[in-house]
Amino acid sequence: MSAVIDTDHKGHGHAGDDHHHGPAKGLMRWVLTTNHKDIGTMYLWFSFAMFLLGGTMAMVIRAELFQPGLQIVQPEFFNQMTTMHGLIMVFGAVMPAFVGLANWMIPLMIGAPDMALPRMNNFSFWLLPAAFSMMVSTLFMEGGGPNFGWTFYAPLSTTYAPESVTFFIFAVHLMGISSIMGAINVVATILNLRAPGMTLMKMPLFVWTWLITAFLLIAVMPVLAGCVTMMLMDIHFGTSFFSAAGGGDPVLFQHVFWFFGHPEVYIMILPAFGAVSAIIPAFARKPLFGYTSMVYATASIAFLSFIVWAHHMFTVGIPLTGELFFMYATMLIAVPTGVKVFNWASTMWRGSMTFETPMLFSVAFVILFTIGGFSGLMLAIAPADFQYHDTYFVVAHFHYVLVPGAIFGIFASAYFWLPKWTGHMYDETLGKLHFWMSFVGMNLAFFPMHFVGLAGMPRRIPDYNMMFANFNMVSSIGAFMFGATQLLFLFIVIKCIRGGKPAAAKPWDGAEGLEWTIPSPAPYHTFQTPPEVK
Amino acid sequence: MMRHPRVWMSLLLCLVFSSAHASWTLNMAPGATEVSRSVFDLHMTIFWICVVIGVVVFGAMFWSMLIHRRSTGQQPAHFHESTTVEILWTVVPLVILVLMAIPATKTLIDIYDSSESELDIQVTGYQWKWHYKYLGQDVEFFSNLTTPQDQIHNRAEKGEHYLLEVDQPLVVPVGTKVRFLITSADVIHSWWVPALAVKKDAIPGFVNESWTRVEEPGLYRGQCAELCGKDHGFMPIVVEVKSKDDFALWLTERKQLALAEQELTSKEWTQEELLARGEKAYTTNCAACHQPTGEGLPPMFPALKGSAIATGPVAGHIGIVVNGKPGTAMAAFGKQLSEVDIAAIITYERNAWGNKVGDMVTPQDVLAFKQAQE
Repeated sequence: MSAVIDTDHKGHGHAGDDHHHGPAKGLMRWVLTTNHKDIGTMYLWFSFAMFLLGGTMAMVIRAELFQPGLQIVQPEFFNQMTTMHGLIMVFGAVMPAFVGLANWMIPLMIGAPDMALPRMNNFSFWLLPAAFSMMVSTLFMEGGGPNFGWTFYAPLSTTYAPESVTFFIFAVHLMGISSIMGAINVVATILNLRAPGMTLMKMPLFVWTWLITAFLLIAVMPVLAGCVTMMLMDIHFGTSFFSAAGGGDPVLFQHVFWFFGHPEVYIMILPAFGAVSAIIPAFARKPLFGYTSMVYATASIAFLSFIVWAHHMFTVGIPLTGELFFMYATMLIAVPTGVKVFNWASTMWRGSMTFETPMLFSVAFVILFTIGGFSGLMLAIAPADFQYHDTYFVVAHFHYVLVPGAIFGIFASAYFWLPKWTGHMYDETLGKLHFWMSFVGMNLAFFPMHFVGLAGMPRRIPDYNMMFANFNMVSSIGAFMFGATQLLFLFIVIKCIRGGKPAAAKPWDGAEGLEWTIPSPAPYHTFQTPPEVK
Repeated sequence: MMRHPRVWMSLLLCLVFSSAHASWTLNMAPGATEVSRSVFDLHMTIFWICVVIGVVVFGAMFWSMLIHRRSTGQQPAHFHESTTVEILWTVVPLVILVLMAIPATKTLIDIYDSSESELDIQVTGYQWKWHYKYLGQDVEFFSNLTTPQDQIHNRAEKGEHYLLEVDQPLVVPVGTKVRFLITSADVIHSWWVPALAVKKDAIPGFVNESWTRVEEPGLYRGQCAELCGKDHGFMPIVVEVKSKDDFALWLTERKQLALAEQELTSKEWTQEELLARGEKAYTTNCAACHQPTGEGLPPMFPALKGSAIATGPVAGHIGIVVNGKPGTAMAAFGKQLSEVDIAAIITYERNAWGNKVGDMVTPQDVLAFKQAQE
């Protein structure tokens, strides 16, 4: 099937038989598919499986931290759990979920028949199960899996690492290749396959934020690859990039890692910004406030993300002028982020709102992400960061931007587009229950972390003084609640796939966009003739 | 009965309050130095700014969610842009940020000025303990965790300073500008005492500077803040601030102690004496990895019980303890411990847990080994 749009034949073009074939039968459908909907579905299921696996590790961590003393696991295993939890959630759960949403929705939103590079699309998905099988298998190797934190600072991750670190490096390379190919595909699709009449400034914000995210990915994933390659060289080939004894510098590792790592943070949140910018107007029944400023704010955040990396390194001893530069640049991020929050609030203002599950998750997203933004602003103040750095205050901060930020954004998107994907409405009562349990569990788990952090509890420790005991117990209870609730989500999705009230082509009366012009469930092939956008 | 929420809540509260010394601390403490207080002020200022913005923005959102809903019969408005408003909410936050940046810059400049110190202390991070060296004073020592394994493994009740207690605290004089030169012998650590607002990474091969001037005598506790391996959670920091006179007295005593320690090397030791000293030194320096049972945690931390080295020729045993094993977690203890302690540990290892070699290693043997290397 050709992905080239022949605009001359629009309206009466799909006469050829090959335009009507459905999916292949059996397992090979999924192995060989080049269909953006199939691949999107696989990304989403893979991401959810990783979410449960990473979540299980979080449960182990919270169980150990339920009380002071060592009860369930030993420190070596605890460190492997914190490391793998971080790696799996970042690279296995959040990023593939957004790539899955991009695969499903970008062609439908811009009126394209598929992604621009369908075979590469298949390959970039299938690299992921290989990468994660390899990474998770290190847990069963002699000496254990990665135990140096998801940030894997040298020399803990080089000279002092378990032998399995080489497998970890290879797995990171595979994930990076997968992400870069996925990003190139998104850029190629958006820039080449838009329906006639859809100018850049008419694109839905989800498409805009993904376009910018894709450029971020292409810019920084090679940096991560460079970083782990230098590790590999130091471990096996006698170089000393990160060892002072051989003329290198352990701090170089951190500069390179965070030059990747900070844009990575925005890679995990920008697509959620886009999704929420579609959902809030739909349920407020009012157009998005400040579309243009949203686009510019996203671009500004992406630009700033490249010049703030050393705010993760305020305590490594960078010179005063460097410290001041990174402090000011980091504080600046509050400006475009603030613009976005104000725009969402103004979109709600004087709307005619209803609160179905996608809207609940989106409103919670705006409020709780903003709380994460506030603690981010506090962390930007370098002298204060000396007290916050590497404590539970930081853990609270990034979980507030990632859980109710990225993950609530993904939940909101899933509920919003499930009717389009499955052709059925999900169970609204259960959806709301999922929201409220997640909301309460998540706040119970992560809000007290601000308190223990300020009271002086370092992060990544398996045991702690009794002065931190109360809030840790509360955190653990909240975490168990949040974790268990996600099984309910699995149930809701399966129930929705198997049946339910049939969904209309446009099940949300306030929703806008091309994806609602096609039937629900979306046919296997869509927009073979591009729609006309006015 | 159990279905009633109040029963659940009271159960939960009982559970929470039952642990001794537990507290509900919500905020940072102002600390014990001028710097820590200005950091605290910055923290509170930015916190209240966030609270005010939060109240306004979230207030508007909640108002909107209550009033502007379809169930109250609201018709949606159609406005969707306003350049004036966009400019306003770009400029106002920018002004707030600039106002916030001014005091932050002042404090930061102050923190970075470590000149004119009256006392210099080199702080070195090791897996998993701290080493303090009073530069120009001939005094240096390690500071190890003293919390017993029984408390960590829940076989004994935990003390008030559980995991925050050491054998030898860092001692500094009150009201004196003390400069810390911070480095590491292995991986990256971070030296953090919250009450002093000092947190600086200890990086192998590089020296970082920091300073403090504590105003009140007392004990101040902190922890390593950078993940540094297995026992990252078990390398606390205790700073004891003494009056200037007491500090001078303490320093003299430490110098004498160091001399006495040196003399121990030439003393004639019996095997019993060495075994008794060795067991203690082993518990402090070796047990974290090789375990009190000598069984280790293979493969990262090999067993000593029945091992080829611990039951083999003496020279090989002294060699690995003194020089360590490059590329592994086994550190070179030759520079960390006195000859007496090394001799005692080796003697202990050769005769404990069924390693019945029967011989003993004297401090003179260790000294001879070291000299032969040089």
